[in-house]
Amino acid sequence: MAKLTIPQEELMSSGHIGCLGCGATLAMRYLLKALGKRTMVTIPAGCIAIMSGIYPRSFLKVPLLDVAFETTAASASGIRAALDAKGIKDVYVVGFGGDGGTADIGIQALSGTAERGDNIIYVMYDNEAYMNTGIQRSSATPFGAWTTTTPVGTTGDFKKRPKKNMVEIMVAHDIPYAATASVSYPEDFVKKVQKAKDMDGTKFFHVFSPCPTGWRFSPEMTIQMGVLAYQTTVFPMYEVENGVYRVTKKPAKRKPVTEYLKLQGRFKHLDDETIEIIQKNVDKNWEMLLAKAEFTKKYAE
Amino acid sequence: MAKSVEDLPYIPLMSESSAVNKTGVWRVIRPIVNQEECNQCYTCWKFCPDVAIQIDEEGNILIDYDHCKGCGICEAVCPKNCIEMVKEE
Ligand SMILES: Cc1ncc(C[n+]2csc(CCOP(=O)(O)OP(=O)(O)O)c2C)c(N)n1
Ligand code: SF4
Repeated sequence: MAKLTIPQEELMSSGHIGCLGCGATLAMRYLLKALGKRTMVTIPAGCIAIMSGIYPRSFLKVPLLDVAFETTAASASGIRAALDAKGIKDVYVVGFGGDGGTADIGIQALSGTAERGDNIIYVMYDNEAYMNTGIQRSSATPFGAWTTTTPVGTTGDFKKRPKKNMVEIMVAHDIPYAATASVSYPEDFVKKVQKAKDMDGTKFFHVFSPCPTGWRFSPEMTIQMGVLAYQTTVFPMYEVENGVYRVTKKPAKRKPVTEYLKLQGRFKHLDDETIEIIQKNVDKNWEMLLAKAEFTKKYAE
Repeated sequence: MAKSVEDLPYIPLMSESSAVNKTGVWRVIRPIVNQEECNQCYTCWKFCPDVAIQIDEEGNILIDYDHCKGCGICEAVCPKNCIEMVKEE
């Protein structure tokens, strides 16, 4: 019998009603494995809010609070304040929102929480659009993608703006820890959560969560999609600890972005010229990340 | 479950596990594990988004068909190719 590479305890239940192959639920499953039972989770509207099924069911074995779309981080701050008032110190408080609920609608509350330095963990599960309401563009939708509000058609009206960089925004708040992670690399994700969970202040995780329904790929390919995003460095793995960047996993050889793009229906309209723009942008971001890691290294404690 | 409105708490509480949702009825293809070939690396267990793969006392992989939706991730990630997806009858 082989040794398990992530904790065995399951704090997420089966019977949740996410789509076949949903990456977002894997993000939740791994997060709770890393944090353990003494955890409270607050979630906004989004796919994650419907997972439990009809009332009074819950898909988590830890306390779960459903809040209004824009209030995830504020509610997490509130839970922490209540726990502090009661003198309870050994509970992790998590805000867990989608990219729409985080990078767009909840960003003001999140900025407030981070600026106050409230002691919570915030996870943005990133499926790169407003999936629960039918695949509308968010600020985390990547350049070139089809969504129902960037409908391509005959006019080529795919998303023309690049993906908002949430880790950078959080780093600018001078928080102790911000990192990317992917559902395709659970060991890396669990390790990062375990490293950061007891730091004082706001901890931020940007978790790549492929969505077969919205990205238009077959559900068995979810893990492969995360692997390709990593190997092409479309979604690099890194952490930023007190402003110091560190690339936590580096692909031996970077694959061309087409290998990632060509498997998804949301990119099928792209011509070679547009793919070239995407490749250049991915190259630039990767080189800038390496440069940041090199430059900030000297500030590591 | 509450029997009438009076039985409901003032603050809505989620008191029942989602495991009562038998999502196995969604399935159109079913994973079958070849236990002879399986080397118990648990890669399938690790990547199951439905928490529908369990490990028994002997260390064998058990598929929970009440909840498995048949996404096929286990077949795709198995390094030994010992999981096969077959059409439901
Ligand atoms: C204030 C408010 N506006 C709009 C909605 C409708 N709504 C519910 S879920 C959702 C999409 C959420 O998208 P995202 O946060 O990216 O999570 P995902 O569904 O992709 O998991 C929207 C727009 C709402 N519930 N509340
Ligand atoms: S739409 Fe995407 S994120 Fe939402 S439940 Fe389905 S697979 Fe998961």
